[in-house]
Parts: sequence; C-alpha cells; structure tokens
Amino acid sequence: MPDALLPLGLLQRRGPLDNAAPIPGVSIAPPLRRVSLHSDLSFYAGIALPRTPLRAVVSDNTAILWLGPEEWLVLAPERDPVTYGYGSVVDVSHRQIGLEITGPNAATLLNAACPLDLALTAFPVGACTRTVFAKAQIVLWRRAEHRFHIDVARSFAAYVHAMLREAAMEFSATV
Amino acid sequence: MKLIPCPICGERAEIEFTYGGQAGLTRPADPAATTEAEWGAFLYARENPKGMHRERWRHIHGCGQFFNLTRDTVTDRFIP
Ligand SMILES: [Zn+2]
Repeated sequence: MPDALLPLGLLQRRGPLDNAAPIPGVSIAPPLRRVSLHSDLSFYAGIALPRTPLRAVVSDNTAILWLGPEEWLVLAPERDPVTYGYGSVVDVSHRQIGLEITGPNAATLLNAACPLDLALTAFPVGACTRTVFAKAQIVLWRRAEHRFHIDVARSFAAYVHAMLREAAMEFSATV
Repeated sequence: MKLIPCPICGERAEIEFTYGGQAGLTRPADPAATTEAEWGAFLYARENPKGMHRERWRHIHGCGQFFNLTRDTVTDRFIP
C-alpha cells in the first residue's frame, strides 16, 4: 500500500531553492497556480484578458500577463482551480518558480543581467514581458515602481538566484 | 549589442532574438517537378549582399513572433 508508506501529510514539498542562502531584496514567491493560455478566450475566470501588448491586468489575487499574440500567463493563488474554456488552457503551476525583487535597487539588480530598459517610462508599473536574465529565459512583471516578479523555469531557478546574488554584492559589503 | 525592432515589442536586445535566414523564399509548389539544380538552389542558394538584406527574425525570448525586416549588412542597421 503506497498510501501507508507515504502518507500525504508527511510528504514534504521540495523546491530548487530550498537550500539557497537568502539575498537582500529577493524573496521566493509562494507556490502559485499558473495557467498558460494559447488561444483567445476573451475571459479567464471572469477576468477580461489584457489586449494591450506587454501589459498585465490584476483582479483580486489573480494576474493575467500578456506574453505574446494569443498568449497569456495567469498567476493566481495555488488553491484556485483551473478554469477551462474553449481553447488551449494548460496548468503549468509546477513548471516555474516565482521570485520577488523589491527595494530601491530592484531595477539596477535586474539590469545586471537583463538587457531591458527598466526606466519607469519604458517599463511602467503593470508592464510584463518574456525576456532574458543572463542565459535564462524569464517572465518579468513590474508590480510597483520598486517591486518586480520573475517567473523562471524550475531548472533555471538556482542559476537565476545565483546570478542575483552576484549582482546584489554591489549593494552589500557583507554578501 | 544590437537593438532589433520587433513590430510588437519595439526595440529589444539582440539576445532575445533568433535569426531565421533570408526572407521571401518560396518553396516550389511541386518539388517532384523541379530539376536537381532548381531544388538545390531553393535549399541552399542564398544572397550574400554587401548592403540591404531582407531577412527573417523571431522574437523567441519575447512575444514569440516571426517577422521580416531589412538589415544593412555593412552597418548592421535595421529597417523595419
Ligand atoms: Zn516582440
């Protein structure tokens, strides 16, 4: 009986950053429900999909990020079930890890390895895009002037985290 | 680093893109009816101009779209 050997309550969730030392200004986002939409459903969970390229909409605890023509990424609390519709709706919750970059140095920290222009005029609050961070592909979303969300593939999370640590050394003599 | 004008995202860093080769190639409608030379030319013969070159790019680490633009191979300037 596998259930007797591995009661679910005793299973511990593990992630690629479990043993990573903390970095000032960088925190690991809680597990999220992530949904990849690859067709124009007009709405997801009652929220109108953003029509403006490179912009996210937020409704309560759910964010919908425009990633490309007919491509969106939904970020919602993990407890929220997937809302399926007539089109490509794929639960990719465990594909990515979220990182929150906060503080007055957030944009500078990101620009250590991300070539985007992160000036508020070029990448305002609510802007989102797929881009690169060093050699890793990431999704970057500006939630506030000094608050960014990175979504990165699990397998690249340790790499991105390590690059952020290296960049953060510029702002801390003790790292 | 070159900045490449994506028609959707605007100017973005070269490393977000992949090159798709010469633009405007047309596959022969009936490959079986082509001569070896014609088929070989379709597969392998490409322009190599010093100057304006029409080419295919993909914003693979961005919006994902394919698009065409013209590049001056002397100056590396892009003309959308
Ligand atoms: Zn683009």
